[in-house]
Amino acid sequence: MSETLFTKDHEYIVVEGDAGLVGITDFAQGQLGDVVFVELPEIGVARKQGEQAAVVESVKAASEVYAPVAGEIVAVNDELADNPALVNEDPHGKGWFFKIKIADAGELSGLLDKAGYDALIASLT
Amino acid sequence: MNSELEQAPARTPLYARHIALGGRMVEFAGYALPVNYSKGVLAEHLFTRAKAGLFDVSHMGQAFLSGRDAARKLESLVPGDLLALEAGRIRYSQFTNEQGGILDDLMITRLAPDAKGERLFLVVNAACKAADFAHLRTKLPELRLDILEDRALLALQGPAAAAVLERYLPGVSVLAFMSQGAFVWRGFELYVSRSGYTGEDGFEISLPADAARPFADALLLEEDVEPVGLGARDSLRLEAGLCLYGHDIDTTTSPIEAGLTWSISKRRREEGGFPGAARIKKELAGGLTRMRVGLLLEGRAPAREGAEIANADGVVIGRVTSGGFAPSLGRPIAMGYLPPAFALEKTLVNLIVRGKPLPARVVATPFVPNRYYRPAQA
Repeated sequence: MSETLFTKDHEYIVVEGDAGLVGITDFAQGQLGDVVFVELPEIGVARKQGEQAAVVESVKAASEVYAPVAGEIVAVNDELADNPALVNEDPHGKGWFFKIKIADAGELSGLLDKAGYDALIASLT
Repeated sequence: MNSELEQAPARTPLYARHIALGGRMVEFAGYALPVNYSKGVLAEHLFTRAKAGLFDVSHMGQAFLSGRDAARKLESLVPGDLLALEAGRIRYSQFTNEQGGILDDLMITRLAPDAKGERLFLVVNAACKAADFAHLRTKLPELRLDILEDRALLALQGPAAAAVLERYLPGVSVLAFMSQGAFVWRGFELYVSRSGYTGEDGFEISLPADAARPFADALLLEEDVEPVGLGARDSLRLEAGLCLYGHDIDTTTSPIEAGLTWSISKRRREEGGFPGAARIKKELAGGLTRMRVGLLLEGRAPAREGAEIANADGVVIGRVTSGGFAPSLGRPIAMGYLPPAFALEKTLVNLIVRGKPLPARVVATPFVPNRYYRPAQA
């Protein structure tokens, strides 16, 4: 059973047990436009909550992607190296960025649920 | 409240059309303009190279400069050769400052003279237009400057542009590259230039504001035409190796450093007579300290404006002035300035992005071969 949570910076985290798959939301990819490059973190590095973990480059600009929670990077989506457009085509599926081992499950309570994130987007558009 | 109203971006005659077409509006040079439409920058870029893109460039400044000896007098502000410019022909040039830097770059068309003297049609950059027009009025008070605020400017660019436009403006397809003609559409007078900012064959069309929407609508009904925003306008001009004012050229760069020597004729190089001529003469005689170069990155990560350029020893030797992903090449490209010793093709350098060196090599521009209209010799 997985649960998807969101940040105000438009990252999502799909929590499964003590780890989470992180990417950027469909709204975020739409705002960025065509993604042409993703700089992923190295496996094994630790990130604090809110710390930069990746960079996504669209045809328009470079944007930072932050760790939704603190933890160690345990996997990255190597497919993005050859096919960064997956971020546009399937942001919540094949376009995931990295997997993080959640250091403090308590940090999850500060994230938005789907209803909260939808309300945030509604306020932006 | 008043100040907010004053700061609200201006709207071009096509504003409502951009919204209706799903344009993502941004402020650019004081105007609300679409960075892209629903299909996105990549698709718009590739469509322009394959068929024809329609761009709203109504934010640019348009004016007539007229009076006795207007061409010769304007030569006192630009290094371009206007005396040799025939009626109906267009010259690309720059307003230079006393230090030989570039105040703006512009297109100058010589029109047929009338009883009061010579007539020139100018198109200048949006961000510079107020300063350019003030500069003209201060320096050339004896000439008449008519700013055409009630005219829109559209660009139709791409290999299908000529065939499409010919259906509306018969005869337009044989207009020579860098020449202009007057055409009438539904009673409106259009000034059509065979020029552009994409490296493709195409046209820039000055038309009354009231005609802009119906004319754009007619073109957009064509299967071979789609609207294109500022994002693809920038990636297209970058692939074409064309300078963007305020980025690749500015008040500190000279036309020679910028690789625009081709826009200064032999006579003007020898005679001077424009602001900053001494610097241009010195640089032409071998006194260049930096040159604009094309940079082809080896990897997939783009380097953007401001990135430092380092040599193999890690010494910073220049800076990127434009950079991004080249949709037609499927890889990142950039332009920047380097000392002449590093400006030779195939020189290997590193572009520093987020503290990491990205390998790149100096290449000739354009990155994508241009396809301007060059009819076969009879």
